[in-house]
Amino acid sequence: MTGYILKRLLSAIPVLLGISVIVFLIMALIPGDPATAILGSYATPENVEKLNRDLGLDKSLVQQYFIWLGNMLTGDFGTSFALNRPVLDEVLERFNATLVLAGVAFLVCAVLGVAAGVVSAANQYGLADKAITFAVLLGISIPSFFLGMMMILFFAVNLRWFPVSGMWPIYGDRTLGVLLSHLAMPATALAVVATGVIARLSRSAMLEVLRQDFIRTARAKGVHERGVIWRHALKAAMVAIIPVLGIQAGFVLSGAVYIEMVFQWPGVGRMLVDAILKRDLLLVQGGVVFVAACYVLFNIAVDVAQSLLDPRIKT
Amino acid sequence: MTAFFRLLARNRLALAGGIVLSLVVLLALVTPLLPLADPDVTDTSNRFRPALSDGALLGTDHLGRDLLSRLLWGTRLSLAVGIAAALIAATIGAAIGIIAGFYGGRIDNVIMRGVDMLMAFPYILLALAIVAALGPGLLNALIAVAAVNVPFFARNIRGITVGIANTEFVQAARLAGLSNPRIILSEILPNVVPVIVIAMSTTIGWMILETAGLSFLGLGSQPPQADLGSMLGEARSALITHPHTSVVPGLMILVIVMAINLLGDGVRDALDPRLKSGALSRPMATTRVDRQSIPDHGEKSGDSLLNVRALETQFHVRGRVYRAVGGVDLHVEPGECLGIIGESGSGKSVTALSIMGLVASPPGVITGGAAYLDGEDLIGAPYRRLRDMRGRRVAYIFQDPLSTLHPLYRVGDQLIEAIRAHRPISRTEGRVRAIELLDAVRIPNPEQRISDYPHEMSGGMRQRVGIAMALANDPDIIIADEPTTALDVTVQAQVLSILDDLRRSRGLAIVFITHDFGVVAQLCDRVAVMYAGRIVEEGPMRAILSAPRHPYTARLMACVPELGGGKRRLEAIPGLPPVVDALPEGCAFADRCDRTRPDCRAGDIPLAPLAAQSVRCLHPVGTEQEHAS
Repeated sequence: MTGYILKRLLSAIPVLLGISVIVFLIMALIPGDPATAILGSYATPENVEKLNRDLGLDKSLVQQYFIWLGNMLTGDFGTSFALNRPVLDEVLERFNATLVLAGVAFLVCAVLGVAAGVVSAANQYGLADKAITFAVLLGISIPSFFLGMMMILFFAVNLRWFPVSGMWPIYGDRTLGVLLSHLAMPATALAVVATGVIARLSRSAMLEVLRQDFIRTARAKGVHERGVIWRHALKAAMVAIIPVLGIQAGFVLSGAVYIEMVFQWPGVGRMLVDAILKRDLLLVQGGVVFVAACYVLFNIAVDVAQSLLDPRIKT
Repeated sequence: MTAFFRLLARNRLALAGGIVLSLVVLLALVTPLLPLADPDVTDTSNRFRPALSDGALLGTDHLGRDLLSRLLWGTRLSLAVGIAAALIAATIGAAIGIIAGFYGGRIDNVIMRGVDMLMAFPYILLALAIVAALGPGLLNALIAVAAVNVPFFARNIRGITVGIANTEFVQAARLAGLSNPRIILSEILPNVVPVIVIAMSTTIGWMILETAGLSFLGLGSQPPQADLGSMLGEARSALITHPHTSVVPGLMILVIVMAINLLGDGVRDALDPRLKSGALSRPMATTRVDRQSIPDHGEKSGDSLLNVRALETQFHVRGRVYRAVGGVDLHVEPGECLGIIGESGSGKSVTALSIMGLVASPPGVITGGAAYLDGEDLIGAPYRRLRDMRGRRVAYIFQDPLSTLHPLYRVGDQLIEAIRAHRPISRTEGRVRAIELLDAVRIPNPEQRISDYPHEMSGGMRQRVGIAMALANDPDIIIADEPTTALDVTVQAQVLSILDDLRRSRGLAIVFITHDFGVVAQLCDRVAVMYAGRIVEEGPMRAILSAPRHPYTARLMACVPELGGGKRRLEAIPGLPPVVDALPEGCAFADRCDRTRPDCRAGDIPLAPLAAQSVRCLHPVGTEQEHAS
């Protein structure tokens, strides 16, 4: 198993390099010249030229890439000009907040989505199945940012159950309870779409498995129907569900950008949008590379989970 | 094609989605012709007017602009951008996919590596990076969304193209000397276009959502121009004070995306042939029972271990009724081995599975009969009772142990589970017992094999596990449904001898289902021959082996080659068994039989005693009539 994890980690290196090349190339496409963007249009040509030299922009594209890559590997992602602070510090701090939000949302959508799919399949064409199918359809059609706004209106403004926005109150203690009350609405709004997609796929994966011969064997042994559904069928269906969980984790991470805007969550998504509007490109570059790298590592964890579940995968 | 549209129209939800979507598209198309206020003219003295006020049906926004007008113009813009993004992504993605799939080799490798890299990003990061580079703006948002979706199309279309590129007509075109671009245009593209269209129809809603999302973030359409997303984004600051300005564009996005999703689901369902046949239905925990009357024990009352009476099982598939079992009587005495023999489709497995309610249902229904186990009727017994009997009193061994054992559990755990389904013992006790069971079916090193997964064992070993599992709770009867069919001959002999030993040492009754007379002869005391869902001959093994009475039995025996039996014609039975949803009047074998007379097709033929056995035939083999004819 250790060997397998090591092998997967090694195979991630070209993917990570590819990601850095893609991000670098997109940023190299930028029309105009960053020094002017930083210094403003009243800068003197001498100052622009000096800054270009300082930023290494007078070198060839290939040289620039390797300098940038080398700096990143030593933990130097550059300095955000808008915040006047190292990019990595800012990204790490913001990514923490995103991780809390997206992590909780992912747990919610994975557990609820799979459970809803199993219940739906076990009661195919029954009342529960129809109700879940309808809820899923609604869930995957509603834009998460609109849902978030409506939740603020209803649960925060009208019912006053939860705070309107933010991760922490401006004054007061930072306890787990406070965090959870701030987290409840954004995490739910973020989880809804992925829950729907996972529920839908889990349902069809379960229906596929329930028709197989080993389910009849379990029944013939006298295993209780609960065990047939939740142990035998679900375990086999997880082989198809786990890869989808990995893909949906990417969608949850993506959706977090909208949710962070709606709920003023101090996460990396809001940071990226602000940075784009301020043309703080080093911050965008560093943030994108960092989050994408984390996602690649997460997908390796998904592969490892898959190989733990299915002994037929050669490790 | 018409069948496709008929299927689509039958799906009421898809139809509703289609109608709503057509209405929205129509509205968007005629927007410039409608007598609407200018969507971009501000009137700050009339800001935030509520819905249904004079001259502003949906009210006004934070700059006093007419919301209805902005909504319709915004819808128009959102639809246009979403569709354009889908078209661009589909075109570029398909082109990349076709090139990769058609040329293959290194080109394919390089392209698909790149596609994988792009797919390694959470999609929005890539879109944000592109917008960051190009600057905010609707056109740039469109480019970003299209670019992000290119890999999805490229990968799908590549898969399809690889399949087409290897077909004979493409090979023929290559041999005919057509240039590659011509082959792509004339042979590949026409076959790929439908797939592209379907993939587009399922992603277009998604693209509309994504572009709306970027506009919502302020990275898409810039003021004063507004699509639905930027309307929602601008309204956000007044969400609490004037919620209607947010609700209006938000609901519109919801309606559009939901209509597209409903329609897309309908399209997919109409194209998936498995849904049409109802094959995706999940089998219930027990077979559905729908019988008019319950037959009594008959003359065999009481003394039989298992007494099946007039059993009828049908499959109801899309309005057609297949009579898989059409009135079967069987009885099994303690310690006896009964063989049930017949061709595939004769109903022998369905008969066996009906006893414990294990016929897949839907589509299976038990429509008549009874199965008395020690006098208790199992057909129609409540699920709790049936579950309690399954594996404990009546156990099954199935045909292909690779598909009938759970692939993801160790065989030991599957054995322990079989025991613990009926007896509350600890896992350690269960393990000891599981090793004993593996030992009883002569698996070497049971202590090690217990932690094997099924795929790590050979076919013979797996089937021994299947037998061990059936023995787990010392059942009274084991029903073995073609347990040796998937095995090669030497392994087959070993498995048979294990079963025979177990029967003698434990006093087990066995119902052995097979299509192989040779196997029956080794093991069984009595045999029942089934054809088209009914028993056509039944009696002691020796009697039937020496003098088969039904022409079908005789033919079936003639199919078995005999070692050292001298030169003899091996006879296949001409024709095929009748389809059980349209059984002929009278004898079902009449069409394939060379002894058929007019009265064979006249009416129902009873199972009548003849010598040591019972035969369902008016002109049995070896009677005077044969000599007379």
